[in-house]
Amino acid sequence: MIVLTPLKKFQFPVHAECINPDVFQGKSVKEIAALAVWEGNKKRKLGDLFKIEETPAKTPDITINGDATEVRRVGQGMKNGEIVINGNAGMHLGEKMAGGKITVNGNANGWTGSSMKKGLIEIHGDASDYLASPYRGSTAGMRGGTIVVDGNVGSDSGCYLRGGTIIVKGNAGPFLGFHISKGVIYVEKNAGNRLGASMTGGKIVVSGAVDELMPTFTVNAVKKKVKIDDTFKAEGPFYAFLGDLAEHGNGKLFVSQPSNPQLNAIYDKYL
Amino acid sequence: MAELLIKNGFVFDPLNGINGEKMDIAIRDGKIVESVSDQNAKKIDAAGLTVMPGAVDVHTHIAGGEVNTGRMIRPEDHVKDVVRKTAITRSGTGYSIPSTFVTGYRYSKMGYTTVMNPSMAPLGAKHTHEELNDIPLLDKATFPLLGDWWFVLENLQKGDLAGCAQHIAWMMETTKGYAIKIVNPGGLESWGFGRNVHSIDDVVPNFDITPREIVCGLAKVNKMLNLPHTIHLHTNNLGIPGNYLTTLETMKALESVPNDGKPICHITHVQFSSFAGDNWGNMKSAAEEISRYINSHSHMTFDMGQIIFTDTTTMTADGPFEFTLYQLSGHKWVNSDVETETSGGIIPMHYKRTSAVNATQWSIGLELALLVKDPWKIFMTTDHPNAGPFFAYPKIIAWLTSKKARIATLAKCHKKAQKKSLLPSIDRELSLYELAIMTRAGQAKALGLKGKGHLGGGADADVAIYNINPETLDIANKYKTARKAFDSAAYTIKDGKIVVKDGEVVQNVDGRTIWLDVKTREQLKVDEEMKRKFKEYWTVEYENYPVFDHYVKVPEAITVKADV
Repeated sequence: MIVLTPLKKFQFPVHAECINPDVFQGKSVKEIAALAVWEGNKKRKLGDLFKIEETPAKTPDITINGDATEVRRVGQGMKNGEIVINGNAGMHLGEKMAGGKITVNGNANGWTGSSMKKGLIEIHGDASDYLASPYRGSTAGMRGGTIVVDGNVGSDSGCYLRGGTIIVKGNAGPFLGFHISKGVIYVEKNAGNRLGASMTGGKIVVSGAVDELMPTFTVNAVKKKVKIDDTFKAEGPFYAFLGDLAEHGNGKLFVSQPSNPQLNAIYDKYL
Repeated sequence: MAELLIKNGFVFDPLNGINGEKMDIAIRDGKIVESVSDQNAKKIDAAGLTVMPGAVDVHTHIAGGEVNTGRMIRPEDHVKDVVRKTAITRSGTGYSIPSTFVTGYRYSKMGYTTVMNPSMAPLGAKHTHEELNDIPLLDKATFPLLGDWWFVLENLQKGDLAGCAQHIAWMMETTKGYAIKIVNPGGLESWGFGRNVHSIDDVVPNFDITPREIVCGLAKVNKMLNLPHTIHLHTNNLGIPGNYLTTLETMKALESVPNDGKPICHITHVQFSSFAGDNWGNMKSAAEEISRYINSHSHMTFDMGQIIFTDTTTMTADGPFEFTLYQLSGHKWVNSDVETETSGGIIPMHYKRTSAVNATQWSIGLELALLVKDPWKIFMTTDHPNAGPFFAYPKIIAWLTSKKARIATLAKCHKKAQKKSLLPSIDRELSLYELAIMTRAGQAKALGLKGKGHLGGGADADVAIYNINPETLDIANKYKTARKAFDSAAYTIKDGKIVVKDGEVVQNVDGRTIWLDVKTREQLKVDEEMKRKFKEYWTVEYENYPVFDHYVKVPEAITVKADV
């Protein structure tokens, strides 16, 4: 196992896509220290910015001890292995990840798990905006794998999702699940406005209150339970909506009935 | 006196008939000369290297409104290709729509020294020139879109060719343009009303005129004006299955224009105009039919518009065609109607090997280039960025010069496309000499650029030196080595200065912007009637319309004497 400890509080963004078990594989501490990273517009070596130690433990492959808020692109495109960050993580954590596991014992920043394909990301704090969403302008959303966030997520999370599962145990910001076509998003608490806008498929489940519901969703039924994955079913009852009709969508949006008394007057008459 | 001597290279200079001879190239003050003094001149040892004139690109969208809008809607295109600054070069981004500086650097790294921006809405001329000014290391020219410009349509409708010629002469000076670009003639004007033309004999709304009359009329006008390039045509029905019939009809229609054995029209990205079949399911190659016609006629030149399998951005003045693409792909779409002049559209496009249509398109481009016997007739382009980004040219070189290379790619394509492809039956592999024609000499000749595309005395000292020894390297077999060599030139020399060495930019120089100063016997008088039209139909007043001289950073005006 390699343990990285930041040598200072970073003032500028550090682009460190080399912090990746696939890259570290088979390299000595000296070789790892020589890997190139960018700090702002200056090219540095990993060893200039981090104290690098090797410990005999087998897993996880990489541990970062300390604040890595400014350290971006950790685990980008990783296929195997495990990274643990004891502290906050920077933007683009596990972007385009294709396997393995990342654990953050702290908060994660924007674009965590962006366009990921496979693997598991666990965040034991909050995640910021664009969780699992593709980069601006791109439609290549998350395709597989699982993301679990213990805290809250920001706006525009799970956009263009086309596979995989996102579980949020706190609240979600606006535009959750924008334009998704497949996959599952589960929010244990509340969700912001424009929920599921432009969705064409997939499933969004909200156990808490919603700010508002887009008028382009039509109510279908009330369900007692909704399956999230093979091991877990969310307890309802839920309004089952279909939409987004503006996109001729066939997505399923489940919103808790007891947590949203404001919806009863609008939708109960259609059931 | 800056002197440079390139010693002992294998020189390929088709315009002067030099095919791989070992010889020296002498340069003085930015021009090729017979000889320089051996002591004073700086020397480049080119022994074992291939020396060619600087490459010329006849059709590449690198500047202007469409390109810039394309940049704006595609942040995801740039994020994957970020270019950092060096001590000499500036930072920027790629990928399919690179920033201006990166465009210059990447072209230069491949040995290109002259490029043509083929599509400029006259209304966007100022913007285009501002961007061209910022593209370093290259000589540039830009073609105003005139096929659906109202003054052209009005004059042609009246049958007043001389009047049309005067307007176009005025337009070349006004927009600092180089050639007449025609896109989907008649279709763009129709697009203003949500319509299109579907054959060369459809009538354009509000103008009693057909695409046939526009193309033939402008070809005649082009000849009256003695413009160095021919008309530059993007055909009707582009990108639609079965359109090769329209292309053949257009070429036949142009036979009626007197040509004295010289080309009178350049059909650009001909791959997109050579689809057979009647829907996307049975769409197939019409390369045989088109190349048969090309081989038996000499009044046309062409460029390939070769598909590259990658994520790119399509942008064309052909608004209705982009709408068709939007309906097919559902991708983000930009549409514009440029007042009385032209239209435009932009859509991202990912060409995939696994798509039968895309793979067939890929095959059509190569089939055309290989089935056309005379390399002086068809040139290498990707219609950057429509069929692929320009920095994929080395890949096309590999496909053209090596059957092994193209069969290797074909084997990875969709089964249906493999079955339909003519490539397995084509054994032709281009030699370096033929390649030099298709990438520089032929293009320079078709463009009428006298100082470009050759290494004879008096030519501009634009030279590309590649790490290829034709005596020892069999490019048909070792196509990957050749591809790498064409990807990063050993040297690129621009106006006698070494700008690239071993694939890295080592010096930054401004390129020139070439434009035509056409002298007609009677100059167009901008009368009250014309000003009234500007006032009523354009958002820009006449006084703000022209590209003033100071807009062009390093201008090179070519004076042309017209017959009218």
